[in-house]
Amino acid sequence: MATPVKPIRRAKGLSDRAIAWVFVAPSIFLLLAVNIFPLIWTINLSFTDFKANRNRDVEYIGLRNYERILTDSDTWLTMQATAHFLFWTIFFQVLIGFALAFLINKKFRGNDLWTTIIVLPMMLSPAVVGNFWTFLYQPQIGLFNYMVTFFTGGDPSSFSMIGEVALAPWAIVIVDTWMWTPFVMLICLAGLRSIPGSIYEAAECDRASKWRQFWTITIPMVLPFLMLAVLFRGIENFKMFDLVVQLTGGGPGSTTEVTSINLKREAFEKWRTGYASAYAVILFVTVFGLASIYVKALNKVKDR
Amino acid sequence: MSFSVTEPSNSQKWIAGILVIGYALITILPLIWIIATGFKSPSDAIAYPPKVIFEPTLEGYVNLFTTRTRVTDETLAALGPPTTWYDAIVRQYDMIIAGPSRYGERFLNSVIIGFGSTFLSVFLGTIAAYAFSRFRVPLKDDLLFFILSTRMMPPIAVAIPIFLMFRQLGLNDTHLGMIMLYTAVNLSLSVWLLKGFIDEIPVEYEEAALIDGYTRFQAFYKVVLPQAATGIASTAIFCLIFAWNEYAFAVLLTSGTAQTAPPFIPTIIGVGGQDWPAVAAGATLFLVPVMVFTILLRKHLLRGITFGAVRK
Amino acid sequence: MKRRLLLSTAVLGALSAAGTSQAADLTLCWAAWDPANALVELSKEFEAESGHTMSFEFVPWPNFADRMLNELNSGGQLCDLLIGDSQWIGGGAENGHYVKLNDFFEAEGISMDDFAPATVYAYSTWPKGTPNYYALPAMGDANAWFYRRDWFENEEIKAAYKEATGDDLREPQSQTELLQIAQFFQGREIDGQTRYGASIFTERGSEGITMGVTGALYTWGFKYENEPGSYDMEGAVNSPEAVEALEFYKELYETATPPGYSDSYMEQSLDAFKSGQVAMAMNWFAFFPGLYADPNTGGDNIGFFVNPPQNQAGSTLGGQGISVVSYSENRDAALEYIKWFAQPSVQATWWELGGYSAHNSVLNDPGFADSAPFAGDFLEAMNDVQDFWQEPAYAELLLAMQKRVHDYVVADQGTAQEALDKLIEDWTEVFEDEGKL
Repeated sequence: MATPVKPIRRAKGLSDRAIAWVFVAPSIFLLLAVNIFPLIWTINLSFTDFKANRNRDVEYIGLRNYERILTDSDTWLTMQATAHFLFWTIFFQVLIGFALAFLINKKFRGNDLWTTIIVLPMMLSPAVVGNFWTFLYQPQIGLFNYMVTFFTGGDPSSFSMIGEVALAPWAIVIVDTWMWTPFVMLICLAGLRSIPGSIYEAAECDRASKWRQFWTITIPMVLPFLMLAVLFRGIENFKMFDLVVQLTGGGPGSTTEVTSINLKREAFEKWRTGYASAYAVILFVTVFGLASIYVKALNKVKDR
Repeated sequence: MSFSVTEPSNSQKWIAGILVIGYALITILPLIWIIATGFKSPSDAIAYPPKVIFEPTLEGYVNLFTTRTRVTDETLAALGPPTTWYDAIVRQYDMIIAGPSRYGERFLNSVIIGFGSTFLSVFLGTIAAYAFSRFRVPLKDDLLFFILSTRMMPPIAVAIPIFLMFRQLGLNDTHLGMIMLYTAVNLSLSVWLLKGFIDEIPVEYEEAALIDGYTRFQAFYKVVLPQAATGIASTAIFCLIFAWNEYAFAVLLTSGTAQTAPPFIPTIIGVGGQDWPAVAAGATLFLVPVMVFTILLRKHLLRGITFGAVRK
Repeated sequence: MKRRLLLSTAVLGALSAAGTSQAADLTLCWAAWDPANALVELSKEFEAESGHTMSFEFVPWPNFADRMLNELNSGGQLCDLLIGDSQWIGGGAENGHYVKLNDFFEAEGISMDDFAPATVYAYSTWPKGTPNYYALPAMGDANAWFYRRDWFENEEIKAAYKEATGDDLREPQSQTELLQIAQFFQGREIDGQTRYGASIFTERGSEGITMGVTGALYTWGFKYENEPGSYDMEGAVNSPEAVEALEFYKELYETATPPGYSDSYMEQSLDAFKSGQVAMAMNWFAFFPGLYADPNTGGDNIGFFVNPPQNQAGSTLGGQGISVVSYSENRDAALEYIKWFAQPSVQATWWELGGYSAHNSVLNDPGFADSAPFAGDFLEAMNDVQDFWQEPAYAELLLAMQKRVHDYVVADQGTAQEALDKLIEDWTEVFEDEGKL
């Protein structure tokens, strides 16, 4: 705690400037120690052949790590797996999330409670939930196959969501959509509620159809919110690790090996620390670059 | 009731209600299934087709909290009849309880690290947010942006240097190390959210207090803090939920002493095979507090989520 | 002068006495499986004798390597004693994680000649085969098979098999016969339930599919190198025999395993067998005592056989040695445990409780082969075991193989030839990084 201020009338105790520094410094210090310093260290390591599990001399090898990563066809496969995951999770979450928000905004009785229930999955530990979904996905004994074949007919043991190359990418999309649709829904709901009723009333006077109102008022007004939700889901799912690692572990083969899993293998299983550091830098630059471009677009939409 | 063109008609409300409730029911089905599986016997848990109606048992919970060893019939006979209900459950399988499992410790670790880091990140976040909100801090916007951008990095990428740093400092697998790390990760969110809440408090209140002879510091904790209480509470809930659910750092940086529950729960196995009721029991105990929390505090939580996101 | 000397020796004596008599709390780390429970039982004797207390940290197999190697690499002090996998010995020795035990063995009169040579070679030595010991063989193990004896001896099923294949149903004598039997059982109705052929290792995350597929590879005559120690792999790793063996394993996976068996290792194999899904299953000997004791599928209903030969006999080596972790603060007490564990009488109890002793006094005992229904098979398997690379870079080598083999066998990408060719590329890269090529 800061020193107790003596009641001598020295204006107002500590000067504002001093308080500002005392208040901000611990945070800045912690972030420097746990974020910035490590980041610089990572960049430095990315030019070396360092292996954290070996006691041998570390050599600077220039851009060789970067060259190896970018020319390795497996890197591009993991990027593809990540892109597939990103695209479809965002697609479904936006679609379902917006629809739900639209419906909830009709303010039926008890919508508050049901909204809370829908929100539950996003509050839970992805690793724990993801682990349990492997049980739900088991052919025969799992609930998922049983439910699906209950509606479509067929044998519940005839397919395996996390075992088949064609299905595994969808298995992770389904769980992520289940977990995070509520997030998009909440943001959309905030957007819908920010639209003043008077706009619709004016449109009503102009005899604009409901359909027209939806496309000319609702969608444009909610769009900035929706784009924001997409940005957050995009960043989060680009980093995705816990859910996928527990669900499929990257398999079968390398079908669902998203970049984080690949990075974990390089860094903490193969212990190619230098190589993995370069990989981390590439990922960071990618997210940062894509996010910056996106934010520019977002601001344009906002200004419109 | 005054008629409004923007008020949906009754039939619209009905259709909307049915659709949303339908989705909600599907969405909680997996969660109900987790809770139910915790009360199944191992054979009921892997029955085909999946059993909806079953005889509840506490086997999963007994298996979750104990380690058991298989003994010969003679040893079992020599022990005499079981003295407790949990002994009786274990004896059915020719096994005896050898000792407690690690689940309790891991759960406690989650509590210590979760609450410790939440307290620190909210404390540091509140004072930093106050400073950012009220004073001219040089490079303010850059600092705020920088604080946020640290969250774009995949946790595994951050974990590489943290691992090396912790190894140097002997912080691997310690509570202190994990609390520091989670505090740092949560700090960006905490500063960001709290700055928003404090911005909303009119400056006039403090100015009045300062004129009354309060020091700046007294004005902060006697006037601003009480006003920001709800904001601080919802920020705390977010920090706690993050620390509670975090997996990537925990799995890489802890191995025993400070390991939290998320990396531990998926590794619960029984004798010869995944013990799903025990996993489900462990998951239930771990998830239910958050569920209850969410339902009880839904107003703050939902407001916090949208608020935090939309502000950014 | 004399007094000072006396005094100092007295102090020294007191110090060293304090050093040895002080009760330590030792933590032993191992995988969470049946033998670990047996070891807890066994160690009670040590606690009573020495006054030290024992704690245990048992990690499930799929996470075992990950967690323990992470622990070692972070210089952690969680484990005083570690029963680490055979392939870790190179890294453990070269990176200074394990205490070198030669002086200790010499001082305490523990001779490595008292242990089965294959286990000493695999679990204790680095560089391989040299008299530099970093572990004491703790648990002999190999991958083998077990089957539903009640089905194999059922007259109706035997007749059906004869009719379908023209052969007699028996314990398979070759890999191809194993495949034929597994395919026969695949999808067959027995007692009103659909049964499947065999549960095999296909796990992706740790070492599962590699341990499974090498079982086939070794019997086809697979070699890692053309000349041992040369790291010359072209023509060995991707020999026509190796390609054939890999194609065989894929066929076994595709035509004779239960649905959804794309990511299964020890537990899943046991689950499938115990729940009556499969006729045959592969797994480590370590589980066999537990399987035999199972009230439903054990006893007379289970039979065991060694990994069947194809072009030659061969089994995948499992098992571990026990090492003292160099970061431990209880080194002396940990060494005391090893000294205690190496005694023939303790080794005999170890085998009785369900651990696989590697001590000659146990293995060479005339009654050993009949002491359990799988004891003879164990001796036979240990004669022809082969192990994966034990190089310090073992993790990188293993991960490459996991990926290439899983991509081919389970994810159905490319051909066996391509998978093995790529594997050589990956391995070459690793050895180049190591400066060995």
